[in-house]
Amino acid sequence: MKQTSRIISTHSADVFGVCSALFELGGMTIMHDASGCNSTYTTHDEPRWYDMESMVYISGLSEMEAIMGDDEKLIGDIVAAAEDLKPKFIAVAGTPIPTMTGFDFGAVAELIEQRTGIPAFGFSTTGMNTYVHGASLALEAIARRFADRDAVKTRMPSANILGLTPLDFTVNGSDSAIAQFLEEAGFTVLSRWAMGSTLEDLAQAGSAHVNLVVSATGLAAAKALQETFGTPYVVGVPMGADYSALVRSALKTAAATGENQFPVCSLTGGDTVIIGEGVTSLSLASALELSCGKPVRVICPTECDSGILRTKDIPVTCEEEIDEAIKGAACIIADPLFKPICPEGAKFVRLPAENFSGRIWREEIPNLITHFEDFAKEVL
Amino acid sequence: MLKRVTAPKEVKSVGIPIGNAAFPSPFSSGLEYASPARGTWNIVHTGMLIPEAHEIFVCAAGCLRGVVLTAAELNLSHRFSTVEVKENNLLDGDMEELVIEGVSDILEKLPKKPPVVLVYTSCVHHFAGCDLDMIYGELRLRYPGIDFVDCYMNPIMRKSGLTPDQLMRSRLYMPLKARPIQKGSVAIIGSDLPTDPDSDLVQLLRKNNLRIHEITSCKSYEEYQEMAESECYISCYPAAKPGGDMLAQRLGSKHIYVPFSFDYAEIEEGFTHLAETLGVAAPDFAGKREAAQTALKETLAVVGSAPIAIDYTYCPRPLGLAKLLLDAGFSVKRVYLDVVTGEEKQAFTYLKENYPHLELYPTVHASMRFLAEKEPTNFLAIGQKAAHFLNTTHFVNVVEGGGMLGYQAIFKTLELMQEAHREEKDMRNLIQIKGMGCGGCCG
Repeated sequence: MKQTSRIISTHSADVFGVCSALFELGGMTIMHDASGCNSTYTTHDEPRWYDMESMVYISGLSEMEAIMGDDEKLIGDIVAAAEDLKPKFIAVAGTPIPTMTGFDFGAVAELIEQRTGIPAFGFSTTGMNTYVHGASLALEAIARRFADRDAVKTRMPSANILGLTPLDFTVNGSDSAIAQFLEEAGFTVLSRWAMGSTLEDLAQAGSAHVNLVVSATGLAAAKALQETFGTPYVVGVPMGADYSALVRSALKTAAATGENQFPVCSLTGGDTVIIGEGVTSLSLASALELSCGKPVRVICPTECDSGILRTKDIPVTCEEEIDEAIKGAACIIADPLFKPICPEGAKFVRLPAENFSGRIWREEIPNLITHFEDFAKEVL
Repeated sequence: MLKRVTAPKEVKSVGIPIGNAAFPSPFSSGLEYASPARGTWNIVHTGMLIPEAHEIFVCAAGCLRGVVLTAAELNLSHRFSTVEVKENNLLDGDMEELVIEGVSDILEKLPKKPPVVLVYTSCVHHFAGCDLDMIYGELRLRYPGIDFVDCYMNPIMRKSGLTPDQLMRSRLYMPLKARPIQKGSVAIIGSDLPTDPDSDLVQLLRKNNLRIHEITSCKSYEEYQEMAESECYISCYPAAKPGGDMLAQRLGSKHIYVPFSFDYAEIEEGFTHLAETLGVAAPDFAGKREAAQTALKETLAVVGSAPIAIDYTYCPRPLGLAKLLLDAGFSVKRVYLDVVTGEEKQAFTYLKENYPHLELYPTVHASMRFLAEKEPTNFLAIGQKAAHFLNTTHFVNVVEGGGMLGYQAIFKTLELMQEAHREEKDMRNLIQIKGMGCGGCCG
């Protein structure tokens, strides 16, 4: 049955993707929910919670407020907190009950903005999609609302990194390694969406010559920036010498031609699979194919735009489909929480992902930008 | 190195002197913050106390995330499954079918059928008006060899009727089937943590040769079922009280509530009442008050004038503890709590009148995000949240009363305070472990 999981985990949800994407930007993000969401997000999905004083809250929706449609309680609470804490923006994200009651996130955001004079967003997340959906909505909204429309391209080549959250890259230095790769490739990094940059940095994104999309969470923002500024984008994470060279070349081509680039390698066949987020897994598969000559398929359980995955890759939505997709695999690269459903006898290569197992193996998550070769040895 | 986000220039303190505080809600409600202190138990931890039970949660992915990872962190994923509610289920009105078919699908896939299955429905089922009786009826028909327990993850109902915590503790004993009552057999119910063998309760029961059942020590489902032979159920944790009443009524036994307390008279009254109900000799309290006073003096001599803060996760009576310590001359400065419970009204009133400068601080108020101390302080914290907010490594790392009860809770607390004063703890890592102590009794 497609909606059941006998034993595996569930991916971080859309509402947490919103929080993660906006975490470092100085705004106030409110999950409109009864209880539990805030604890879940801050315990399992947010490695920065202890050290960074970001304003992520829960509304504490009650039965009576939901039944009576008392949106004023939420609005009043947000306005009161905003007056005290002066966030740069306010974001309200939805969960199952507001979805059921038909809560109008756009209208409420508009009212909050009118009362506080602070830019406000409403995200009609449902808690029923993965973090990719929520983070995409959030980063796209930032691009459309805050990117300075008068931005002028920098004289020297420059780039933004889009789709950078701990849910895909944890806090092991991968974000800085990607930035370093770009600098070494000759691109000044103007902003990182959204780890290691301020809202003001992000506002300058229109000045870049190219955008590097490092996870599916950055695609919608890339499209919005292209629509507004004509900036082309490249989809891929630089891992391993050969694939990184491909990404480097794609960046230069994109900057020179204005055409979007999707650097991939795709060897035919293969009994090695990676289970994970689309863009990062596709990049790892390409890097492995180039460095080891071993064909690798991606099994993608999170949302990924059409045209990103290769024809041999398989989008999946549930344990049953994953079970089917990994039948016959000789080597499976995946988060350890997938292991109980992997075929006996298949080689299992651990690749913990914050978006699936949360904090459990956080210390073990490799920085594949700088340590790809070590990881590739485990696969061989 | 992680970056520290700049806080607003000035965040006003939200602490208030108890003299100005209102009962039962000293603070206005609003947006809520979640501190990184996570030692208290949730409904996954509590459910796992039933030996051999399999938990199945039916809800949206966002709600599943926290519970599925709770089970994974306990290394108990093999006793945990999920059914994911999607948007189409909200629109199609097939929620009942989803629960029935989803649970059945999981049961068919399990390597071995469990004797008991806890099925947790959620807020969306409540709002959709699901026919839960029909769901459980059908499941029982399909799987007559399995005991199904209706459990709930519906935090939206936390202000209506029983709280989720009370509800969960009541569900914990629903599978117990009536059996002949054995004289001299009692059960301690409703606490997540095992009752301390040194506690006044266990001491009293043992002294009178009573057979003690407690869920935390049950190794099998059959052993768990033996709890139903008890002639008396004893609860000590406030949230366990409604469940205790339900259980006693259902199985035709008695339920006695012996409150966790730091008040000498209340302790003695509680145990005297228990002894009368059990038909055993009342415990001898001679010298106990004096011993407690001596222990307080000894601890004060060690701790001295160190500022002390208490939070509500330490035990159900943080204000009662503050009263005990303040009366003994300790320098209690703060109590962290969000509401004052009915059981604490007397202590609240006493403190308001006698120690009006004692500060109350909330834990979930939005401003608390910025009001944790940036630099280490010299506070002695009793409880994880107080330790976090005051950035101190000198703290008592106990949640939910830690299984203490009676005068023993006073002696033990004082002993732990001395230890916390002497020794530092790895506060940052210890407070972030979910469900403190669950690994020891869930398995």
